[in-house]
Amino acid sequence: MLDDFLVRAVLASVAIALAAAPLGCFVVWRRMAYFGDATAHAAILGVALALALSISISLGVLLTALAMGLGVAAIAGPSAGLGIGGAGLDARGAARPAADTLLGVFSHGALALGLVATALVPGRQRDLSAFLFGDILAVGRADLAVIWGGGALIIALIAWRWNRLLTATLHGDLARAAGVDPGREQLVLVVALAGLVAVALKLVGVLLITAMLIIPAAAARPLARSPEAMAFMAAALGCIASLGGLAVAFMLDTPAGPTVVAVATLLFALTQALGRILPTGLAR
Amino acid sequence: MNRIVKAEAEASSSPAGAAPLISAEGLSVTLGGRAALSDIDFAIAPGEIVTIVGPNGSGKSTLVRALLGALRPSTGQVHRRRDLRIGYVPQRLQVDASMPISVARFLDLPARRGAAAGAEALAEVGLAADGPRGVARLPLAALSGGQFQRVLLARAMLGRPEILILDEPAQGLDQPGAAAFYRLVETLRGRLGCAVLMVSHDLHVVMSASDRVICLNGHICCQGAPTVVRDMPAYRSLFGLGTGGALALYQHRHDHVHDDGCAHGLDAADAEPTR
Repeated sequence: MLDDFLVRAVLASVAIALAAAPLGCFVVWRRMAYFGDATAHAAILGVALALALSISISLGVLLTALAMGLGVAAIAGPSAGLGIGGAGLDARGAARPAADTLLGVFSHGALALGLVATALVPGRQRDLSAFLFGDILAVGRADLAVIWGGGALIIALIAWRWNRLLTATLHGDLARAAGVDPGREQLVLVVALAGLVAVALKLVGVLLITAMLIIPAAAARPLARSPEAMAFMAAALGCIASLGGLAVAFMLDTPAGPTVVAVATLLFALTQALGRILPTGLAR
Repeated sequence: MNRIVKAEAEASSSPAGAAPLISAEGLSVTLGGRAALSDIDFAIAPGEIVTIVGPNGSGKSTLVRALLGALRPSTGQVHRRRDLRIGYVPQRLQVDASMPISVARFLDLPARRGAAAGAEALAEVGLAADGPRGVARLPLAALSGGQFQRVLLARAMLGRPEILILDEPAQGLDQPGAAAFYRLVETLRGRLGCAVLMVSHDLHVVMSASDRVICLNGHICCQGAPTVVRDMPAYRSLFGLGTGGALALYQHRHDHVHDDGCAHGLDAADAEPTR
């Protein structure tokens, strides 16, 4: 059964949808969409690194995504919201640009640098579109193992830290008074995000990874009345988008990754409309 | 991780009540190149009620954050008793609209206490958990300002704190509301026997149960006990009826003047942002 490329594509995209759902909720709650972009864009630099050093692409991507996440987190500070807050002064008193400007510089700088570096790696001419948009139908058995293993680790990590992450997301000092270090919880999210980028790269590509994180979570919001319900709804909506997107892509012969994201966007529009009709939400 | 903030090792071996819960020695905090706090010596004993007053920008919240360990001192040290249970009520908690969370779920963070304990804590702060006026199932974002402060207080009490730290908890409340809130804090503190560290937005009117009032303006300007005005008719009419003696007047005894509005005791070179 695993010999069928479509079956492998379905299994891989379901794993990514499940792993992205709880993480995506935190990306939405903490306004980390730009942060997700920066981490994902750093992946293309990881591809260049992997090609130059002849190491596994997943490993190269994991390393650069992690380095980017840690670097940006260190500069932006341990505050809960990475995407919010204007220009200001850090703890040492140095003036810094607004967090979103900084993330924009990192994000697009990493993407451009990665594209340049990939072109400079000697060897045959490479088609970069697979890395930019993903190639969901080229997922092999070994890729499937990496995706399910990595996805399971990400889900386990987020589940383990769930209450601490929620507390740190609500209020940093409130968390600290309760014995939760907000900086450490931010680190957990950075590691999980880098892991997701590494396992999802082959499927959806660097340009659409953030979409897989935030669109199902945002679509789940009007239907949910608790953080847990939102994570489960996001997982369900992500799976529906993946299966629906693959079916549409197969029928219309369109690129699979963008089609999945397009279906997720459609679901988002539907739940927003539904949220107007059902003010209190469905799931508790 | 934080090498400056250390739990006081000898505290557990010393007799109960003797060692302070939290203390600071020569604490200075620099924010944005500016000295936000300089040379603060502070200690709060078990069961003590301390109110911190000071004008805007005087470093009240900075002091609280440094005592919590959220800010790193530039010089000096902060000691917290080992495994100190802190109940913290922040000045403001803005729940992002993107997160759906009910009062009951919030009370269960970070440690699950259960619905019964949550309902009991809500009852203690004068809120119903269930029924027509019940708040347990309401989203946090749907609460009024006064309800929110009480829910924050209920959550802080759930951990059976040894010290309750409140950062301008009565800020959004009118005077009867503030008096009611202070009475509530006093009642809960009587029941739990915990210490209370309260930051007040009002320079002159403080919680009457305060053992000590500290006036802060970058450094400690003065400290002392508040004057209880319950029995003074002139003040009673000023504070209005129905505050039930919850409020007291604090008379400042400064031995210096702040004529230029900036931190004194520093010469001009110190006050300049360092580059």
